[in-house]
Amino acid sequence: MTRFVAGRLLLFVGGLAVASVLIFATLRLLPGDVAQAIAGTTGSPGQVAALRQQLGLDRPVVVQYLDWAGGLLRLDLGESLVTGTPVVDEVLDKLAVTLPLAGLSLVFGLLIGIPLGVTSALRRGRASGVVLGTGAQLLAAVPVVWAGMLLIGVFAVTLRLLPTQGFPADGWSDPGRALRSLVLPALTIGIVEGAVLLRFTRSAALGALDQDYVRTAAANGMTRSRALVRHGLPNVLLSVVSILGLQVAGLVVSAVIVEQLFTLPGLGRMLVTDVGRRDLTKVQGELMTLTTLVLAIGLVIDVVHRRLDPRLREDDR
Amino acid sequence: MRRGAFVRDLLGRPQGAFGVGWLAVVVACAVVSRFWTPLDPFDTDPYSAWLTPSPAHPFGTDSVGRDIFSYVFAATGTTVVVAVASGVVATVVGVGLAALGSLTARWVRESVAVLIDVLVAFPTLLIAMALAAAFGGSLTVVVVAVGIGYGVSIARVSRSEIRRVARTDYVLAARANGLGTGAVLRRHLLPNVAPVFVVQLSLSMATSVLAEAGLSFLGYGAPADTASWGRLLSDLQKFIGIHPGSVVWPGLAITLTVLALNLLGDAVRDASDPRLRSGRAGRGAAAGPTGRPTGPTGPVTPAAPSRPVAPEVVS
Repeated sequence: MTRFVAGRLLLFVGGLAVASVLIFATLRLLPGDVAQAIAGTTGSPGQVAALRQQLGLDRPVVVQYLDWAGGLLRLDLGESLVTGTPVVDEVLDKLAVTLPLAGLSLVFGLLIGIPLGVTSALRRGRASGVVLGTGAQLLAAVPVVWAGMLLIGVFAVTLRLLPTQGFPADGWSDPGRALRSLVLPALTIGIVEGAVLLRFTRSAALGALDQDYVRTAAANGMTRSRALVRHGLPNVLLSVVSILGLQVAGLVVSAVIVEQLFTLPGLGRMLVTDVGRRDLTKVQGELMTLTTLVLAIGLVIDVVHRRLDPRLREDDR
Repeated sequence: MRRGAFVRDLLGRPQGAFGVGWLAVVVACAVVSRFWTPLDPFDTDPYSAWLTPSPAHPFGTDSVGRDIFSYVFAATGTTVVVAVASGVVATVVGVGLAALGSLTARWVRESVAVLIDVLVAFPTLLIAMALAAAFGGSLTVVVVAVGIGYGVSIARVSRSEIRRVARTDYVLAARANGLGTGAVLRRHLLPNVAPVFVVQLSLSMATSVLAEAGLSFLGYGAPADTASWGRLLSDLQKFIGIHPGSVVWPGLAITLTVLALNLLGDAVRDASDPRLRSGRAGRGAAAGPTGRPTGPTGPVTPAAPSRPVAPEVVS
């Protein structure tokens, strides 16, 4: 186990290092450079040169990278090129919306995917199973934006049950209100992710139904569904955990789009705005934060999966 | 397998028939829309804004009086170009990385493998946002981002499939019988890797359709003078409080196209797996007789988990 965790940690750190190089390099590919982009077409060559010096762009690229990467280690993401405020503060501020949104989406996704997945496996070949399977196949193809718009159309415009868009200006000071404005966005992501989880759970549960232990339990008088829930479910959940890392990555991506659709002041929406403003320091910091989030969750899920699966634990001895 | 039998098997499956059928419709629309659309999709007319569906405007009109049907029809061209280009880039990146990761010297091979493992964790949309920050948004950004994202994923699955097959007894037997590397590659490796590759390719095209819609919605995909389903969704979204019905059409077009690509991938996988061909309605679809789980193939799960998720059959 220790060896596995050490190896996995190494991959995590390596992943962060590669990510930082790639993100930095991509943003330096910018035609012209940052100083030119800020000064715009009206800036005189003198102004651009001064700006370049002020931003440290006249130094060698490697020095600039090391400077930025050194800052990352101290949790310093630099200052915004537009407003001059520290990027870290704003990122942490926005995570107060994005993390609850992602968490709530995951909860919805699991609540939709696992029970319905098991049900559709048990009902295979019957009408309800076919409907569930086809529905999941269809929902997995729905673009997140559209799912969100349809939910807005039904729950906010027609039924007027939940707010259409936005987030309380005073943040979480009224938790009930804040949570209400996260329900539709999280449901949007949860339905689409849940459809994928449903299909995966279904195929894992079908595999479990085929196993000898379920047959034996059924032969001993248990119903097939009881046998599956009692003996097969741990195996099914284990395979669900193993793909959860990929699911979370998908969820973070969906959050960027959903925050834009529901005008939620989260990290994704800030990223979209800053890409438009070409605030490169902030974009760098935001991309790095999102990447770290995805990689860290992947790491945690891999370790948890390893701990949960007795078959994998034996390998260590 | 003979090509004719494969095609018959593919079209005999409902998923394959739907996939091929709908994609044929989309491609046909894309070709026709280059020369003719029912009305000019960019022709605005303030007096005919928000018309309800009628024979003249089957999907109604939008806020500036554009005919939504003509716009959706014209946007098929954008979708086809983006999907095909993404597929090509993903193939080049994927085959290149897979070759580097399995045919080169040991240290190159191992470092490429680690690089693939690291890169596969990066969400495509974040790659696209980084590119959009540097170059501004465009359809090229979508294509390159999806191409890189899925190229890595293609490389990963192809590489592990190559390694799996290379270790099998029949490859050993073929080698013992004096078959050269080229012949082994052609006779045993490629036929085994091809279906896995085609499935990933169809997934990468499905993702590119979704990514184009997502990025165009965010304002970093198709430019204003290019008809795109994602752009139309973004335009209609501003009026969702008043006209929620109009967003149905572009969304439906995206969903059906993504669904067709996903189903086509599933059908190719099933039709090319001889273990699934007899009694294909059986449970074999969930986990092959070898106990190797095939798992569902949605756009968000590019690769089946590399760790065993069902007890492996010990040989």
